[in-house]
Amino acid sequence: MSLLIYGLIQSITLALYAVGFSLVYGVSGIANFSHGAIYILSGYLIWAGLNLLNFPYALSFLMAICLTGFLGFSFYWILLYRVRGIPLAELVVTFASGVAILELMTWAGFSGIRYSLPPVVFGSVEVFDVSLDYQRLMVLGTGIFLVLGLYLFVHHTRIGLAFRAMAQSERTALSIGIESDWVGSLSMALGSAVSAVSAVAILPLGIMEPTIGYEVLIYALAVAIVGGLESTPGMVAGGFVIGYGQLITAKFFGPKWMIIVPLLIIILVLAVKPSGIFGKMKELEERV
Amino acid sequence: MKARVRKKRLDRGIKARTDTIFLVASWKDILYVLMPRALPVLILLLIPLFLGHYENKVLFHACVYGLLALSFDFLANCGLFSLGQSFFFGVGCYFVGIYDKFLQIPIYLSIPFSAISTGVVCAALLSPVVRLRGVYFAMITLILPMLLMKLVEATGVMGGSHGMPGIKGFPNEEVGVYLGIITFLFLIFFLRRLMGSDYGLVLRAIKEDDRSVMSSAINIYWYKVQAIFIAACIGGFAGAITTHHFQFLGMSSFALDYSILPIAATALGGQGTFAGAALGSMILVPLSELLRELGGLRMALYCGILVSCILLLPEGLFHFLSRRYHQFQVEAKVE
Amino acid sequence: MAEVLLEVKGLVKRFGGVIATNNISFQIQRGDFLGIIGPNGSGKTTLVNLITGFVKPTEGKVFFKGTDITGLMPYKIADLGISRTFQMPRLFYHMPAFKNLIIPLKSTRVKKILGGDYGERDDMAIDLLDDMGFERDSMVPFKETGNLPHGYLKRLDLARALALRPELLILDELFSGMSMSEVAGTLPIIERLVMEGMTIVMIEHRLKELFRVAKKVMVLNFGEKIMEGTPQEIMADRRVREAYLGVETEEESLE
Repeated sequence: MSLLIYGLIQSITLALYAVGFSLVYGVSGIANFSHGAIYILSGYLIWAGLNLLNFPYALSFLMAICLTGFLGFSFYWILLYRVRGIPLAELVVTFASGVAILELMTWAGFSGIRYSLPPVVFGSVEVFDVSLDYQRLMVLGTGIFLVLGLYLFVHHTRIGLAFRAMAQSERTALSIGIESDWVGSLSMALGSAVSAVSAVAILPLGIMEPTIGYEVLIYALAVAIVGGLESTPGMVAGGFVIGYGQLITAKFFGPKWMIIVPLLIIILVLAVKPSGIFGKMKELEERV
Repeated sequence: MKARVRKKRLDRGIKARTDTIFLVASWKDILYVLMPRALPVLILLLIPLFLGHYENKVLFHACVYGLLALSFDFLANCGLFSLGQSFFFGVGCYFVGIYDKFLQIPIYLSIPFSAISTGVVCAALLSPVVRLRGVYFAMITLILPMLLMKLVEATGVMGGSHGMPGIKGFPNEEVGVYLGIITFLFLIFFLRRLMGSDYGLVLRAIKEDDRSVMSSAINIYWYKVQAIFIAACIGGFAGAITTHHFQFLGMSSFALDYSILPIAATALGGQGTFAGAALGSMILVPLSELLRELGGLRMALYCGILVSCILLLPEGLFHFLSRRYHQFQVEAKVE
Repeated sequence: MAEVLLEVKGLVKRFGGVIATNNISFQIQRGDFLGIIGPNGSGKTTLVNLITGFVKPTEGKVFFKGTDITGLMPYKIADLGISRTFQMPRLFYHMPAFKNLIIPLKSTRVKKILGGDYGERDDMAIDLLDDMGFERDSMVPFKETGNLPHGYLKRLDLARALALRPELLILDELFSGMSMSEVAGTLPIIERLVMEGMTIVMIEHRLKELFRVAKKVMVLNFGEKIMEGTPQEIMADRRVREAYLGVETEEESLE
């Protein structure tokens, strides 16, 4: 039973890692490889709000969301604007910026026990004989909220649909008045802000250090590859497959083997259905 | 009203002359064409004799990173953007571990075997990805080395996080350094020739418009897999000679360093010409050695250089220099 | 009785809610010249994409020389002998014109047909272009593709399709954007291909030129085949006129 519940938590956690990245890609076609860096940076911003500015949790959180969103927004205008549409340059710029941020933080020494976020909610509850702290429940709740919200936004709101139109066919969208750059920057802002929300749910469960940024990126990409890029159900499926896979491996083989799971699943996916569980092999039908 | 001017670039007289058969008419013309090619070759071949142990190590590193940069540039010329050169590098290193430690194969066989094995394994792993959108290739090459590093750490295979010393080395240090230099130089010229040939033409066409190439009865996916094979062999070779040179195998072979620096070098030197990637690595690696005290900050620096080059000097240093060499600039009045 | 080269059976393609082609069926025999006409958006290019493998059909089948080619990869279909041009010429603009032909000349199909080593591909390419009217002596084949005028680009696209030595050639609006003199220069090439026995499918808007060369014409409207016949039958048909010009409404006819 505990396997079931902890597996659920792990799966939702992985989906939360991926949601910011999926949002930006699904909506604007930008693969934001600085996703991990932005995630952990938002955590540090919350920490700064709490410990340096002595803001209450809610205010620190709000501040972090706004700052992170603004960071994503300006990231687009400063860096991506000039290279939008050149595939190599886009990838490399986001990747390099992410690495730069993470390495700077490592060099500045932002790791260690003093860098941790206290749980947002204290206490725990017994669910089916398993003791679950409220923070983990919060992860669950946040996950469901964000995934559903993402799905509804992308598929059912006018803005979301406009964004997707942009991603699918820039020229058509431009000709009906949707501007590519605003879509790009707003989706970056939104994706970054969403990452901040994920961060506040998950980071209190451990200590913060910059290398988490790399881990988050790896998991986000793994979830996207396994579940299928551009698909919200795919993101959930990817999270569940890897999450439960990890927990099962940990129980039967030992926790040190947990990290192998994403690798093996990816290789399996590549061999059987490269575009991912819910991925659409649209490749050929585009650009004819 | 002030007249508006624009920059007008004209080929130098000597360039126009040397484009034709009149090249052989004068020593000056011959030198003009030969020097940019012969001079770096001569310098690289002679300089190890004058450098000390430490500097030769740096030179060796520069050639290894240069090989990785050439491999990256090659893949980019085919439309495949590899964010994980360390994948090829690391796999090559670990194949040396297998061939050297477990199969006890002599060094002059383990290096080519490792290179080819890396090519086969990496091409096989990446072949399902070539049918997908370009971003998938970047994603997979990015996370594979990271995951492999964690795999080594978790399973403790071949020394795990401690690494495995005692790999057979070269007969003496110079052999290693020269092997690196000669392969590096050879590949610069070979890859340029390859891209200029009909085979390279198909690869470049695939990058520009792969649908069109498909309608001409060419299996683009097979060509892409071949390109990955070649690039992986080069990366694997780089890993193999590094492992033998330092006689140590460790999971740091999958480090981000080996992925980022080749990209930075190529961006700095200019993607597409191979000479640019070579130039970039020859600049960045010694620079990185000089800045050793900065430690982890160096990575942030490479990234900074990388991003600045893409934004501010997209054509790269090599194009810039060759333009100045071949052309001169005048101001022309705008009518 | 000539061999049936291409057979299309009940081809349907839906893009979401839009039906691009609706149950199209027809046959082409070796040596035929089929013209396909219809107003814009009637599904002509989608039909070509379906036959050549760029788009997978929702329903229906395509047979080439008796083999089922439905859903095969475009390069496999090209390898079997179907070649096409594109409405907007898909050429490589940053290289000399003749290099565009090297790509098809490097395919396994050409290698098989010409048997092993067939000499310099460069020479073959330039010869092919010379046949197309790219005067070798004026160095036209060596000019950078991006610098060539539109009519030349379309003929280059045609040359690229022919370099593959196809058995079935599909031309998608070859004459679009060409001036009268360019059309006049290209038509003899088509006529020569017909004389040499090439099977051709030609999508066109310029009906006068098409009716000169086509023996059979098929009309599409809103994804459906509304008629197939000789050029005379087509021109006389009321449905065809309606498709192109629209139906007379009550108010207009009262004028």
